[in-house]
Amino acid sequence: MSQYRNPLHRAHHYGAAGSGVEHWWSQRVSAIVLIPLVIWLVWAFSILAGSDYSTASNWLAKPWNAGMAILFIAAAFYHGRLGLQVVVEDYVHHRPTALALQLLILISALAAGLTAILAILMVAFGV
Amino acid sequence: MAEFRLPKNSRIKKGKTFPAPDGAERTKNFRIYRWSPDDGENPRIDQYTIDLDQCGPMVLDAIIKIKNEIDPTLTFRRSCREGICGSCAFNIDGTNTLACTKGIDEIKGDVKIYPLPHMPVIKDLVPDLTHFYAQYASIRPWIRTQSPAPPDKERLQSREDREKIDGLYECILCACCSTSCPSYWWNGDRYLGPAILLQAYRWLADTRDEAAGERLDELEDPFKLYRCHTIMNCAKTCPKGLNPAKAIGEIKKMMLERRSI
Repeated sequence: MSQYRNPLHRAHHYGAAGSGVEHWWSQRVSAIVLIPLVIWLVWAFSILAGSDYSTASNWLAKPWNAGMAILFIAAAFYHGRLGLQVVVEDYVHHRPTALALQLLILISALAAGLTAILAILMVAFGV
Repeated sequence: MAEFRLPKNSRIKKGKTFPAPDGAERTKNFRIYRWSPDDGENPRIDQYTIDLDQCGPMVLDAIIKIKNEIDPTLTFRRSCREGICGSCAFNIDGTNTLACTKGIDEIKGDVKIYPLPHMPVIKDLVPDLTHFYAQYASIRPWIRTQSPAPPDKERLQSREDREKIDGLYECILCACCSTSCPSYWWNGDRYLGPAILLQAYRWLADTRDEAAGERLDELEDPFKLYRCHTIMNCAKTCPKGLNPAKAIGEIKKMMLERRSI
């Protein structure tokens, strides 16, 4: 019975995993990278507001604009995945549910991010 | 999942009322959490009305008065009555603090006293701190050295080096910070919490210690250390005015520094 176990057994658990720094650092770096990218996105929307489809797609097809848009998508989905991962770790304590949610978050972020990047590339290459 | 409602057997009911003694002019209501493991009842809030002219100035004075003169069944921990032992930590007026250093006159309206939040209750205001103490033991909170101590004197430290543990050594392990931390509420089984991490940093910052690398290895974990999301409740509630969140930030900086990042 657990009442006979030494409390230190529970406190030590399986010991330190030897990770966590990368996740913490990546979350901060991606947050900082997103600051200029979000400003760029707001600026982009402001100059494109009211313009028609062909003007907007011609604008996005320019290498610099397409590059920035791809960078924004990559950083946003990466940062979002890291954040949602922490939410699940914090609040979902039912192991199978937590695992399922972590996989769902990872796969959704990858699928949505890659689709968005592919769409930008198709506009850029005029496909 | 995170618990947003207390389990059925923990929901609080209305309790007994103990009126003020006859002739009391300056009175104050104390509403105190009561629960006994022996009677199978739900927790309740008992209300005691105290004559402030017959009572010391601190919240601890009032609850000692209640135990001595009104209701001897009231159970709580206390010892030094001067903010150095950390025994009388309760949730008073919505904030974790020490009853012995909290003035009754600092509280507007009724004085509400609960045990430290989100800990198993042993009885009334006494929480079970077994796991908290085990977590403290798990960081091995003592000096670890490879070099032998000088045979004829103590391990000396410069004045500047000694100052590095100011704001850390004052921690009395009252558990106010850890039990105010939402991350500790939801993941206290694995997250070490602000108090223990401040203590861990106290040894990392001590220039006489020779095991910083080993200590960092033992903390490098998504749950033990990185559940801290800088919510800052710890620094806000600390009755000794310390800043555990800053200490945790310093540990995170050390983790980065020893990498190539």
